[in-house]
Amino acid sequence: MRKFFEFMNQLDRRVIFIFVALAIILPLLFPLNIKFTVTEPVRGFYDAIDKVPNGSKVLFACDFEPGSLPELYPMTYAALEQMLKKDLKIIALSLWPAGPPLAEKALTDMAEKEFKKKYGVDYVNLGFKEGREVVMVSMGSSIPNTFPQDYRGTKVSQIPIMQGVNNFKDVKLIVNISAGYPGTKEWVQQVQARYNIGLVSGCTAVSAPEYYPYYQSRQLLGLLGGMKGAAEYEILVNRIGLGRRGMDAQSMAHVIIFLFILLGNLAYFSLKKKGT
Amino acid sequence: MRKEVPLIITFLAGAFFIADYFIPHTGFSNRAADINGWAIIVLAASYILGVLNILRINYGKVAKREKDWVLKLILVLCMFFMLGAGIFGGITEGTIFDWFFVNTFTPMQATMFALLAFFIASAAFRAFRIRTVQAALLAITAVLVMIGRVPIGESIWKSFPDFTEWIMNVPQLAGKRAILIGAALGAIATGLKVITGLERTYMGQD
Repeated sequence: MRKFFEFMNQLDRRVIFIFVALAIILPLLFPLNIKFTVTEPVRGFYDAIDKVPNGSKVLFACDFEPGSLPELYPMTYAALEQMLKKDLKIIALSLWPAGPPLAEKALTDMAEKEFKKKYGVDYVNLGFKEGREVVMVSMGSSIPNTFPQDYRGTKVSQIPIMQGVNNFKDVKLIVNISAGYPGTKEWVQQVQARYNIGLVSGCTAVSAPEYYPYYQSRQLLGLLGGMKGAAEYEILVNRIGLGRRGMDAQSMAHVIIFLFILLGNLAYFSLKKKGT
Repeated sequence: MRKEVPLIITFLAGAFFIADYFIPHTGFSNRAADINGWAIIVLAASYILGVLNILRINYGKVAKREKDWVLKLILVLCMFFMLGAGIFGGITEGTIFDWFFVNTFTPMQATMFALLAFFIASAAFRAFRIRTVQAALLAITAVLVMIGRVPIGESIWKSFPDFTEWIMNVPQLAGKRAILIGAALGAIATGLKVITGLERTYMGQD
């Protein structure tokens, strides 16, 4: 036993890497289908979109880049599915330079291919604009002035969906998928608090704790935290997406990390007791 | 005048935008929107500075054949290639720019981020040693949240997700809210000091 603890105490990190890799790969190949229920913040996200009248216009802020795709793409697709099922008109944009192509792909896959919606009529991608919080505030005055062209280079004044859209008063809800700054925190501080518009957020698991105060104060009507949040949301949307498929792998990875922490501590205390 | 003019501009700009927040007058907010437009242009121009900075840093190293000069050369060439592809070919789906974005940038960045899982696992193994009472609290809470926020937690104990939500909604939230309020008060104080000219370090002086 002592030898095992000594081995654990000086464990090569590559051993941990191998175990984590196996914990992720094996459940993806052989799903365990572990059941789980939906938590309150996720239900809030779903309900907020559900309460928007069918056919209304919503702002879809895709503030992320490829690094956060595994966590944020599942909820992006699920949110698009819920919005498109309700025939909501989606005005997408991004405050991250690498965001627009990702939003474009998700919109094309869901709106165009799956729901047969028409670009410019049922949805639009306004692309990226540098300026972070300044862009948010500027949109409060005029969205067409802030984004004179869409991602494809068409003048906003010529896009049917943008007719009658001047500022935040003309959209019913802001759906933000956020990987950090600028993202949910800035949408709350610069837009929700100022223009009193409904806001829901899907974010990376690491940033979710930061947004709980906003959820409790109802400045955020709903919150999806990481892939688990996306998986719960997929249950509500009735979609088997990447979120639900990734849950077994995430469960096993967390268990492996827990076991390593436990064994590490057992080894630490055992050797400490023996004065080694 | 070298001191007074920047101070006056800062005071006027700061006071104007504070007033804009509280005055719901169209004429006033239109002027604020115009000035916001200037800010967006200035921020966008910083990208040009970024490109020039990359060139400035890497040119000398490539010219002198310093360590890893080939990598720096590749960086500059790739930057100009993507810049040219975007400007002349467009950035929408089906363009060269988009092809390289989807097939190189996207997987490379996703890979870098995915590697974090392995490093975090290794770091957690070494960092969560229970040496003190505080470390014990941290490790136990971390483990509870870690297990409670994945489906296997619910399989172990049905109320695990609710318990984890309680940790997030009560102790975690109390701490986070305290930090947020403290930071916000600090930001207000700093902002007022800048506007009133008490804080001048942004001008490069005490």
